[in-house]
Amino acid sequence: MVMEIVCPAGTPAALRAAVKAGAHTVYCGFADETNARNFPGLNFDREEMREGVAFAHSHGSKVLVAINTFPRAGDEAIWHRAVSDAEAAGADAVILADVGLLDYAARYHPGLRRHLSVQAAAANADVINFYAETFGVRRVVLPRVLSVPEIAAINAETEVETEVFVFGGLCVMAEGRCSLSSYATGKSPNMNGVCSPASHVEYHDEGGVLDAKLGGYTIHRVAKDEPAPYPTLCKGCFSAGDKTGHLFEDPVSLNAEHLIPQLKKAGVTALKIEGRQRSRSYVAQVVGNFRAAVDALEAGRPMPEGMLTRLSEGQATTAGAYMKVWR
Amino acid sequence: MPQPATTIPIFPPLFAAPLRTLPLAPLSVALSLYARTVAKTHPRLFRRLGEHAHKRYVLDPTDLPFAILLEPNGGAPKVHVTRRAVTGDARIAGSLAALLGMVHGAYDGDALFFSRDLMVEGDTGAALALRNAVDDAELDLSQEAARLSGPLARPLQKIFALAEQRTGVSLSRPEETTAW
Ligand code: SF4
Repeated sequence: MVMEIVCPAGTPAALRAAVKAGAHTVYCGFADETNARNFPGLNFDREEMREGVAFAHSHGSKVLVAINTFPRAGDEAIWHRAVSDAEAAGADAVILADVGLLDYAARYHPGLRRHLSVQAAAANADVINFYAETFGVRRVVLPRVLSVPEIAAINAETEVETEVFVFGGLCVMAEGRCSLSSYATGKSPNMNGVCSPASHVEYHDEGGVLDAKLGGYTIHRVAKDEPAPYPTLCKGCFSAGDKTGHLFEDPVSLNAEHLIPQLKKAGVTALKIEGRQRSRSYVAQVVGNFRAAVDALEAGRPMPEGMLTRLSEGQATTAGAYMKVWR
Repeated sequence: MPQPATTIPIFPPLFAAPLRTLPLAPLSVALSLYARTVAKTHPRLFRRLGEHAHKRYVLDPTDLPFAILLEPNGGAPKVHVTRRAVTGDARIAGSLAALLGMVHGAYDGDALFFSRDLMVEGDTGAALALRNAVDDAELDLSQEAARLSGPLARPLQKIFALAEQRTGVSLSRPEETTAW
């Protein structure tokens, strides 16, 4: 079976661009703190979600709604409503991370397919099988910390479908566990849907030297001729001991395009592209590229040469943990 | 070296020079009228700006001798073109081609930022909201201009198409084809 390409859409226009470019599936979220890309100007209101799902379905594509932050005690209703509204909009599945919300969805929306978000950081077969048995989870998005053999080992021990990231920004910690953004800004992807929120980012350009500050901390400074990275803390430039550099991770982005055949062999069902914060131009280019790649693989043709480095953070790419060459 | 998001043309200095003496008041009036027409056809753009719909944006085409102050004003936008240093809540700077290419969805804003073809200063959240709202609106500035020009619409569109072809600057929305 052809591998499923799961594409990001931060706006209805990006959703349409993804569908037209050949996305089998699009994932998106509501314009509030219930999803992990709660950025200014992004996401869908309820009417846009209904229209988006209808558009995707009319072109044979599916829509997954990410409700993947962790509900605040006392405010669960916001997250519960998001699950109900996703079902009412005709979503094909919801992507959830919190056990309470999974329990709620399994009890009150049993007909709505449940996927486990990367935010849940389920990285072994035991925990994945637990989610499947307890909450009826049908698919898990694996955290970006596993190698290909580790993914194959997981697939050998579970019936749950696996989805892995193949392109886009790299969240290098076990997802859902990172507190760097909370430390610097008080806001985190886990609770507020934002890592390094734009409201706390400041850029200064002096004579071509670009300084990026997050919550008042300078996290990197790039010279005139250097590519600019995102202002995320894990990719900041720090001094520790006698070393100065990108201590956690270089500001590069993931491209596992050449690993697609191995991922298929490892039993992976779906390939996920990161980037709900990106434009429809990005979505169309990346989706087109990956769709061509999986179709070529299915037809036994050679994989097309990728052209995606220019779209990547740091204008450089890595195979991430899949190849385990990290510091 | 950062790679350009793609080859982004620079407005020819030979043509930019005469713009130094261009009267800006009528241009401001014309652009404000134009922005209001766009606002009428794209009300969702302003909803998407949310809390940023009353911010002041400085759009700075770095290869032209003026900057544009855009106030979305909650859906009744005002545009002021100026040669003087102007401050706003957020400044978005880049070549005219980069800015128009982003508006039309020909270029990705983040890729322009990585390659240093685009610079954001001030209120990053406001700048991001504007970029995302504009991206969703699928604007086609030539089409909007043609709509305003009555009987001149067709010749105007031809001129835009020719200018686009000659300069490489994206003046209209690139056609999307359905691949599958
Ligand atoms: S700081 Fe880095 S690792 Fe942590 S949540 Fe943000 S992107 Fe992920």
